[in-house]
Amino acid sequence: MKKKLTFAAALLAASVLGGVANAKTLVYCSEASPANFDPGTTTGGNDFDASSRTVYSRLVEFKHGGTEIEPGLADKWEISDDGLVYTFHLHPGVKFQTTDFFKPTRDLNADDVVFSFDRQFNKENPWNGEKYLPNLTWDYYTGMDMPKYVAKWEKVDDLTVKLTLTEPNAPMLANLGMDFASIVSKEYADQLEKEGKMADFSTKPIGTGPFQFVDYQLDSVIRYAANPDYFKGKEKIDDLVFAITPDATARIQKVLAGECDIAPYPNPADIGTIKANADVTLMDQAGLNIGYMSYNTTIPPLDKPEVRHALNQAIDRASLIKSLFQDAGATPAENLIPPTMWSWNKDVKSDAYDPEAAKKVLADAGLKEIQLWASDRVRPYNPNFQRAAELIQADWAKVGVKAEIVSYEWTKYREEGKKKERPGAFQIGWTGDNGDPDNFFATLFACSAIGVSNYSSWCDKDFEDLIQKAKKTSDQAERTKLYEQAQVVFAKQAPAFLMAHSQVYAVVRKNVSGYMMDPLGIHRFDGVDKAE
Amino acid sequence: MLRYLLNKIVLVLPTLIGITICAFAFVRLLPGDPILAMAGEHGVSPARYEELKEQFGYNLPIWQQYAHYVRDAATGNFGVSISSKRPVIEDFMTLFPATIELSVFAMIFAMLLGIPAGIFAAVKRGSWFDQGLMGTALVGYSMPIFWWGLLLIIFFSGYLGWTPVSGRIGLQFFIKPITGFLTLDSLLYGKWDAFRSALSHLVLPTIVLGTIPLAVIARQTRSAMLEVLGEDYVRTARAKGLSSSRVIGVHALRNALIPVVTTIGLQVSTLLAGAILTETIFAWPGIGKWMVDSISKRDYVVVQSGLLLIALIVMAVNLIVDVLYAVINPRIRAA
Repeated sequence: MKKKLTFAAALLAASVLGGVANAKTLVYCSEASPANFDPGTTTGGNDFDASSRTVYSRLVEFKHGGTEIEPGLADKWEISDDGLVYTFHLHPGVKFQTTDFFKPTRDLNADDVVFSFDRQFNKENPWNGEKYLPNLTWDYYTGMDMPKYVAKWEKVDDLTVKLTLTEPNAPMLANLGMDFASIVSKEYADQLEKEGKMADFSTKPIGTGPFQFVDYQLDSVIRYAANPDYFKGKEKIDDLVFAITPDATARIQKVLAGECDIAPYPNPADIGTIKANADVTLMDQAGLNIGYMSYNTTIPPLDKPEVRHALNQAIDRASLIKSLFQDAGATPAENLIPPTMWSWNKDVKSDAYDPEAAKKVLADAGLKEIQLWASDRVRPYNPNFQRAAELIQADWAKVGVKAEIVSYEWTKYREEGKKKERPGAFQIGWTGDNGDPDNFFATLFACSAIGVSNYSSWCDKDFEDLIQKAKKTSDQAERTKLYEQAQVVFAKQAPAFLMAHSQVYAVVRKNVSGYMMDPLGIHRFDGVDKAE
Repeated sequence: MLRYLLNKIVLVLPTLIGITICAFAFVRLLPGDPILAMAGEHGVSPARYEELKEQFGYNLPIWQQYAHYVRDAATGNFGVSISSKRPVIEDFMTLFPATIELSVFAMIFAMLLGIPAGIFAAVKRGSWFDQGLMGTALVGYSMPIFWWGLLLIIFFSGYLGWTPVSGRIGLQFFIKPITGFLTLDSLLYGKWDAFRSALSHLVLPTIVLGTIPLAVIARQTRSAMLEVLGEDYVRTARAKGLSSSRVIGVHALRNALIPVVTTIGLQVSTLLAGAILTETIFAWPGIGKWMVDSISKRDYVVVQSGLLLIALIVMAVNLIVDVLYAVINPRIRAA
């Protein structure tokens, strides 16, 4: 042991450590390597941080730090009265990035916009399939039901694009702010196609975003430089570096040591250490997520709302959250959507802890045994399904219900869990995509989601009518009212036990300014500055 | 000698077939599949699931999928990653030098400390040094890499600030790979500060990865040395009045090294296994971290081809060790 230390010391003596990064270089310790740099083809948050939020821009953008929509590449847009036609007016003079692998000869125009979407669904487009990359699945484009809603994209003139829908769908605008809707360069695509280097499109990205791609060393470092031609003005930092650091403890040590400026996702156990350190700030926000437990509402006695309410009442939610999230904390969920999202109904309260009342109802209903599902994976909205299951099991035992814990590995878990005939209570959760309430209500509890992501197999006519109507209405005030009502129905019917919205954290060094937590869970570096 | 070599090579073939079967079967025995893993929280509709299965070729009978895999691998086609869409062999070639560099350093570290420590312990058999060393070796051998790595980071990088936390080189250095070994490349470019940075980044992962081989080598050297020290020819050498260092260094050590060389060869697989955890903790861009990522993504193609490539390397190293063994020990050749 002593020898080892001596050896380490000797090596160290021989080496003088290099200085820290330059003044205007911002280093972000990211949690994983990006699959590639084409945001249409990937699904992970870390993929998007490294591609769409740095290199690319979209027609519309989410307000920095919020879920509201603001102009992006489109300065303004009109929606026809029937909600079917969207006309976007592009910002004039937007330049694609000039790099050592591409020199644009023209500004962004309608062709680029049409191409960016066409490639994701049109089988005739050479960029849709094998010719570009093997086994392309365009997961988000299909996942957000775009093929169902989009009738066509048309170029009206160089700076005007028209989108026609098959039926009114208000969340469409929010969809267009999502990562998969990033606008790519058709000129660059054409050039690569001619050169026979189509795969480069996913490894050497060209966009109109705040930073341009410089280099990627596989699994190690991604380098970007500020885009000098960025249409919203050049960024204050000159260089942006992603240092890929998968281990959470190592990531935090790197920020504390000054090897990086910002790091996401600290371990809850490290939160105390971080708070005690004077060089860094711990930023937090209620995440755009929900951890919940779906009852199968088609199998008696769980088909009765009063039984579901009783099971909810039997759970000591405050203790559950405290034990599960510990120092990291979480916001108890009153509604399916988190309070940071528009249309959250402040008057709705979820079931209060009342084991005595629960006991009677459950005895009358004859519920003695129930399956309680748990998986092995750590999720943002539930750090430990197994532990949660054990705590709920103990609470239910107190009201005379014996819970049998059913465990599977994560992928198998969801596969089994979504089956219509799956019995009992199934722990699951959701992280929002586009900040639209529809993305929670319809994705998780629409009748059409049964067998896909409606784990309660719950199809309630009142609820369904409200959310479908809200989906077809363009007026946000009107939509807000409809979703507020939907939350009332949800609370009355209790198809699920709503647990909590977890806190999301980032550790930021004190000399960094302008960094904002994002409710959508993305990490953006536009507007960030760093003091000497 | 040639016959010995041919014999060894023929024996490699059934192992190779076994490995293809294992690599193919293991990743499929894991619950979940790549399509569901890609879909994330969204899930995927049953119709779309079937469609994707067909696109990826997972609707074919399992034996047919295996046949395709073996056919492709035999012709040097290791497939394209399901998640990154890049050719597996390309990623492997990019990442492998990092693993070799780390493993070489770990092995040098283990040998430089392990062999002298083993010799010394054998010579001073029963002393407090021997007892202490063997105790420490046992601790080292049972050290959980994950815990050990984090402990060193927190102490040396966090508390003392002596070493960088993780990564391969300081971020200010921009070394375009020539050989892929950063210590070598930085010297080829003549960048001394980059070389120092690369070296300082190697310190902790080298210690962590080298700990288990160090313990094994120390113990093996000690026991081999003890055996040899009891041999007649050592006693003869001593009786001739040779100096103690000459007896140990020349007569005993050369013979004791035979089993040690084998041990070192076998440690290559330990190093590759240890690399998986070490690379993950230290954000070391090698094949270990790459395999872990691929398993969690159920990237069948990367896992089965990556395992095969790693197995080929381990077998090649073992073959080389067998040959070396024959060179050091002529008795083997005759057998």
